[in-house]
Amino acid sequence: MRSLMSAARVAAVLFCALTGLAHAETVEIRIDNFTFSPAEVHVAPGTTIVWINADDIPHAVAANDKSFRSKVLDTEEKYSRTVAGPGTIDYFCSLHPHMTGRIIVDGNGSDGAGGH
Amino acid sequence: MAKQSSVPEDEIDTGRRHALKCMTWAGTGLVWSLAGGVPLTAGLLGRDAQAAPVNPALTFVQISDSHVGFDKPANPDALATLREAVAGVRSLPTRPAFVIHTGDISHLSRDEQFDAADQALKELGVPVFFVPGEHDVLDDGMGAAYLARYGKGPNGKALGAGWYSFDHGGVHFVALVNVVNLKGGGLGNLGQDQLAWLADDLRALSASTPVVVFAHIPLWTVYPEWGWGTDDGARALGLLARFGSVTVMNGHIHQILQKVEGNVAFHTARSTAFPQPSPGSAPSPGPVKLPADKLRGALGVTTVTYRAKAGPLAVVDATLG
Ligand SMILES: [Cu+2]
Repeated sequence: MRSLMSAARVAAVLFCALTGLAHAETVEIRIDNFTFSPAEVHVAPGTTIVWINADDIPHAVAANDKSFRSKVLDTEEKYSRTVAGPGTIDYFCSLHPHMTGRIIVDGNGSDGAGGH
Repeated sequence: MAKQSSVPEDEIDTGRRHALKCMTWAGTGLVWSLAGGVPLTAGLLGRDAQAAPVNPALTFVQISDSHVGFDKPANPDALATLREAVAGVRSLPTRPAFVIHTGDISHLSRDEQFDAADQALKELGVPVFFVPGEHDVLDDGMGAAYLARYGKGPNGKALGAGWYSFDHGGVHFVALVNVVNLKGGGLGNLGQDQLAWLADDLRALSASTPVVVFAHIPLWTVYPEWGWGTDDGARALGLLARFGSVTVMNGHIHQILQKVEGNVAFHTARSTAFPQPSPGSAPSPGPVKLPADKLRGALGVTTVTYRAKAGPLAVVDATLG
C-alpha cells in the first residue's frame, strides 16, 4: 500500500516535472522517530499534504494558528489536508509539541524536500 | 477519602524533621532511598527482601503510564502488565492509603481503554487519584472525556483541566495538569490559571507542611530535545520554594530519574506498559522493545512512605518482575 502510494507520488512528480504544469499533487510527510520528515516542504497552492505516522507511538498534527488539527494518528494512520496558500503554515504534534514542521505554499512550489 | 492511621497534623506542623524511609517489593528493582536529602542507591533486592515498615505514618503508591490499549511489539498487552502492577500493590506488606496515577492511563483516550483501566485499578481496593497524561486528552473534546470520568477529583473540587489538592496524614498533596494547551515548539504547560490557583492553594500552609506535587510530564527540565520538561514548571517550583519538604512525582518518561535540589526531591516513575530510552540514548523517545523475559524488569510502581519525627522519607521503586 505504501509502496503504491510512493509510486503514485513519484509518477505525479514526474508528470509535473515533464509537463511543467502547476498540477495539483500530493506530498507525503512521514512521522518517524518523533520527527516530521521532511520537516519543511515547499508546495504549490492546491497541494494535498498527507501525513503518515510510522512510529509505534501516536502523534497528531495541529497548526500553530489553530486553523486545523488532526485526530490522533496511531501507527500507519494518515491525515491529509489540501493547502490553499500562498503562505507559511507552521504546525506541531499536539501530543509532543517539540515536534514541529513547516509548509511553505508558494506560486512556483514543487514537491519539496525543502531547502531549495 | 479513606482515613488511615496517620500522624496528627499538629505533630507535623511543629516542624519536627520528616524523613523518607524505604520499603519495597521487587524482583530486580534498583532501590534508592533518601536520607537527609541525599539519594542512596541500595542495589538489587529480591522479592523476599521486603520488610514491613515500622509504624509508618502514611504509605501511598504511584502508578504511571499504564497506556491501556497499547499493543505494539514493546508490550502486546499493556492491560495485563497493569493488572500485574495492581497485584503487586495488593501484595505490599503495608496497604497503601491510596494510589496516585500520574497519567497516560489510556493509550488513545478511548472509552473502552479508560473502562478497562478503571476495572483493573478497582482491584486495588483503595482510592486512586489521577492526573491526565497527553494520551488521556486525545478525544474530540480535547480532555472532555477525561474530565467527565475523573474531573471531580478526590473531593469534588478539581478545577480547570483537572487540577486539585488534598490533605492526608499531615501531608499536602497537589495534583497538577501540564498536558493541555500545549504550544508548538514548547514543552509541558501549566498555564496562568493553574499557577494562580496553586499560589492561592499554598498560601495558608505553614512552611513545615510536607508537600507532594504530582503531574504527568516532569516539572523540571529533563531533556527538552525530547520534550521532557514543563515550560512554566519553574514558576510552580518557585511557589514551593519556602517549604521544608517538597516531593515532586512525575511520569511520562517511563523510567526512573531522580534528583534533589535543596528541599525538593524530584522523582519520575516507571511505566507499567513499556520502557523508553534514557535521554539522548536513542534516535527518539519511542518505546524500547526488550526481550520478552526482560520487559517486566523495566516496568514497575513507586511506593512512598512518610513518617514524622526522625527517620527517612522513603520513595521506592519496584519492578514487576
Ligand atoms: Cu507526537
